[in-house]
Amino acid sequence: MERFLQVVVDGIADGSIYGALALALVLIFRSTGIVNFAQGEMAMFATFVAWGLHDGGRPLWLALVAAFAFAFLGGMAIERLLIRPVEGAGTLTLVIVTLGLFILVNAAAGWIWGFTNRGFPSIFPSGVARLGGVELSVESLGIIAVLLAVVALLGLLFQRTKLGLAMRAAALNPDSSRLVGIRVGRMLMLGWGLAALLGALAGVLVAPRLFLDVNLMGGVLVYAFAGAALGGFDSPLGAVVGSWIIGVTENLAGTYVGAVGADLKVLVPLAVIFVVLLVRPSGLFGSPEVTRV
Amino acid sequence: MSLPRKVARDQDQGIPEGDQVGRDGRARPFLRIDAGSRRHRTLRGLALLAAVLIAAGIPFNSDRVVNGQLTLVLVYAVAALGLNLLVGYSGQISLGHGAFFAIGAYTAAILIVRAHVPYPLTVPAAALLTFALGFAFGVPALRLRGLYLALVTLALAIATTPLIKRFEGLTGGVQGMSVPQPTVPGWLPVDPDQFLYLLVLSVAVPMFLLAANLTRGGLGRALVSIRDNERAATTMGVDRARVKSRVFAWSAAYAGVAGALFTLTLGFVAPESFNLALSFTFLAAIVIGGLGTVGGALLGALFIEFVPQYAERVNQALTGVIYGATLIAVIYLMPGGIAGLLRSVRRRLVEVAEPPPAGGEPTGGAVLEAGATSPGGGRRPAV
Amino acid sequence: MVGSRSKAGRGRFALLALLALVLVAAGCGRDEGGGGQAGTADPGITDTSIKLGSSYPFSGPASAYGTIAKGVNAYFELTNDKGGVNGRKIEFVTHDDGYEPQRALTNARRLVEQDKVFALFNTLGTANNIAIWDYANQEKVPQVFVATGASNWGTDIAGHPYTIGWQPNYVTEAKVYAEYLKQQKPNGKVAVLYQNDAYGKDLLGGFKSGIEGSGIQIVKEQSYEATAPSVASQVKQLAGTGADVFLNISTPKFAAQSIATVAQTTWKPLHVLNNVAASKAQVLQPVGLKNAQGIVSTAYFKDPEDQQWGSDAAMVEYKTNLAKYEPDANPDDPYNAYGWTVANTMVEALKQMKEPTRAALMDSVRNLAVDVPMLLPGVKVQTNGTTDGFPIEAMQVTQFKGENFELQGNVIQAPAQ
Repeated sequence: MERFLQVVVDGIADGSIYGALALALVLIFRSTGIVNFAQGEMAMFATFVAWGLHDGGRPLWLALVAAFAFAFLGGMAIERLLIRPVEGAGTLTLVIVTLGLFILVNAAAGWIWGFTNRGFPSIFPSGVARLGGVELSVESLGIIAVLLAVVALLGLLFQRTKLGLAMRAAALNPDSSRLVGIRVGRMLMLGWGLAALLGALAGVLVAPRLFLDVNLMGGVLVYAFAGAALGGFDSPLGAVVGSWIIGVTENLAGTYVGAVGADLKVLVPLAVIFVVLLVRPSGLFGSPEVTRV
Repeated sequence: MSLPRKVARDQDQGIPEGDQVGRDGRARPFLRIDAGSRRHRTLRGLALLAAVLIAAGIPFNSDRVVNGQLTLVLVYAVAALGLNLLVGYSGQISLGHGAFFAIGAYTAAILIVRAHVPYPLTVPAAALLTFALGFAFGVPALRLRGLYLALVTLALAIATTPLIKRFEGLTGGVQGMSVPQPTVPGWLPVDPDQFLYLLVLSVAVPMFLLAANLTRGGLGRALVSIRDNERAATTMGVDRARVKSRVFAWSAAYAGVAGALFTLTLGFVAPESFNLALSFTFLAAIVIGGLGTVGGALLGALFIEFVPQYAERVNQALTGVIYGATLIAVIYLMPGGIAGLLRSVRRRLVEVAEPPPAGGEPTGGAVLEAGATSPGGGRRPAV
Repeated sequence: MVGSRSKAGRGRFALLALLALVLVAAGCGRDEGGGGQAGTADPGITDTSIKLGSSYPFSGPASAYGTIAKGVNAYFELTNDKGGVNGRKIEFVTHDDGYEPQRALTNARRLVEQDKVFALFNTLGTANNIAIWDYANQEKVPQVFVATGASNWGTDIAGHPYTIGWQPNYVTEAKVYAEYLKQQKPNGKVAVLYQNDAYGKDLLGGFKSGIEGSGIQIVKEQSYEATAPSVASQVKQLAGTGADVFLNISTPKFAAQSIATVAQTTWKPLHVLNNVAASKAQVLQPVGLKNAQGIVSTAYFKDPEDQQWGSDAAMVEYKTNLAKYEPDANPDDPYNAYGWTVANTMVEALKQMKEPTRAALMDSVRNLAVDVPMLLPGVKVQTNGTTDGFPIEAMQVTQFKGENFELQGNVIQAPAQ
């Protein structure tokens, strides 16, 4: 039983890694309506910026703040310069632009900082918390706490502030929003900026555990998508909870289902997605898409 | 085409025939034909014949390396064609076509190496298998739309490599499998690389014709109606689910055929060839080539095969940066893809006009070429 | 007017079709100069130059290995500045394959037929080299000192006489671990983490055959995909066995993750880490040196991070010249030292060629007995015709103590066959 609980707890810890990036994906989806394949790479790039500053002698907190600012401004710049000019060309085209961005940012990071593996300092103290035979590292606890705080803040932003309302309106119906005086362009830029910021946060949270190289987020992205899909692409809480579920089921299957084994355990979350999307496409926490005929 | 109708139209516009500028201010095209007319079909047939002849002549004029690359281009073009049927015409997105490509490739490899099946049979075998699998996958998956379908197909792409590795007794696992390549029949005076190219060409051309046929026929019209307004199409009696599953199956079959050809061309299969990046590359190919166009598949395939090479020549350290930037730039400059660009050039020369409806109202220069626009638009969550 | 226009249109296309036919007819038969040999020298070699070519992953998941090309280039530049090989300067052409076999094959063809290289050298990646080797051997182009530790390259000399490896292959390395464990933990229980690809499976297979007949047992195996984000859960499962030995067959990023995960548990195994990940800078420092104490690995060339070679002549030459010819490259990166060392071997092989032909190169390569100064003392490059296709078959065990890997015992010879 203890072992089972430990596997579950480990799954939540793993899931938190996916959830961090899933939050950024959900935010950009919610505020701009597109899927950004480059989110992970942008997060990795920002993390490298933080690393570079810290490695150059700056204190960690300063490096982080600078990296977050860089990510925020960078996200806004990307929206304005790259996305805006092609936004009329269709969602699929936009997706391909993000794909191009993925390749570009990944290669740029490699060119600037090299392809070798390196460490990243954790903002949490090291150490392990134990409760009734089940262990969880302080770092994982910290990540979970940060995620929940972000979810709460995002919830506040979107549900309780005018700004959040404006952002949601701009995403759902840009034309009507313009008619009521919402600066749609600004909202989109803000959405991208915030999402990039969240991505950077995800990067600095997971890099200490996964170690930093240009492929930091490559593997995580897919799981983050799965988590966001499971939880509902327009729900931040859903993104986190969905990612936890993914982490837990994956670990359980890898541990207890012999036929699955470590190589095929990636199929488990994929199967979960498949089933969930067939039964309830809007995900566990998302709002169903209502369309007027 | 009948003389009076054209004269009537010109008189309606009040412009004597022969002037260079039409009423709307655009330069009049050299040539105006009615869609579907005999002249249209003849010209199209001749253009196609010319294209095929030129394509067939290329390998005799270029070295083996280029032939090898062009053969791969044709292989990718077939896969891209299938994906275009799904994405461009039907407006659905698939991030998983690499999986069907891999299944086709491994089917051919396994049949040749383990069952000693003669290679010409492996291509239809791959097509049948991937058609069936595509249909089976499509039926449940296509109840989803947009982003959710994308995710489910993404899952398919990710699952491919581990599964290939798991069934190593069959697939050769991580080491891959060497596959004996087709040999030139004695009576054909061509070199092996030319033979491979012509072999692939002889499969690719019918696939292109078939795609053109599919899109112009009933399936194509149903697809366009679904893409443009799904709800309206349903009310008009289009069986959405069946049509979508059929097109998914067809597109999977195209990927499967391309995969089998890939094995024959390369003589080797390994899991590394079928990574996630492959599915994305196919998607990029059709967007760059031109969504919803048949020729776009070929143009896109040329892009994905040759541009990384040129990017490397510009600056080896920055290959990825240049490739990514080029991808973005092309989309920025040509949202309709390269095919869209070529079409606007062609429209200056030859305009294919929709014959006016029975009521007699001239419709001007509307072009009936299936799928001229890209799907979706705006910011709604559906892709 | 309309009629004449349509005739003109028809005429235009007919003309185009005719043109196409003419092109085809005129084009039949093309320049066959690509493969033909004129005179006694092979392509890519003249009195004053030798052209070598390779395909590396400069982009994609394996891009970390791309820096090997820099080490190679530095050595070739140094050689050229000293006058070249028997008066011939080396030109090294590389192309990127993104670690994809079809691109590697295309690159090999380009190198041979368009760039007209004399030989393919140090092409990287197991699958990539398998994709290339049929082509290279058909064209009788040397495919020498391939950059992979797979055992294929020495076991099929008859079928692929133009292909040969260089580094101690994974089977050799695994056998060295097996020998070491037979001495240190003769009845030890082993938990294994391995990357689920050709390299991981090769090493594991070599280990299994190396421990056959001994008291050592594998109690649990866990694999991981190179595309996975983390191996933490696999390592925790292994920790649950409490095994005496942790055999860690992983690449740097995952090696770092696994060491960090072990440190968080109460498991204290003898940690055997494969050579590919035995890097202080990339693996051990990021996890914290205190967690790296006692880790065992193997080495066959001098570790640039190891202080004991600080004033070693070969090491000094490597570091100075890498800084001179490839200032962007990190001298402490073992991949650069690898490139330097294999390039050194190539130059020696080229020097011993009796004639400027590809066949002569293969002859030289198959009868090598050279000393390469960056290799550990006791590790030699040696081949023996068709009875031994593995140039380097010796490694030495190292163990991390304090701040560095320290060599242990003697060099162990572990023939792969």
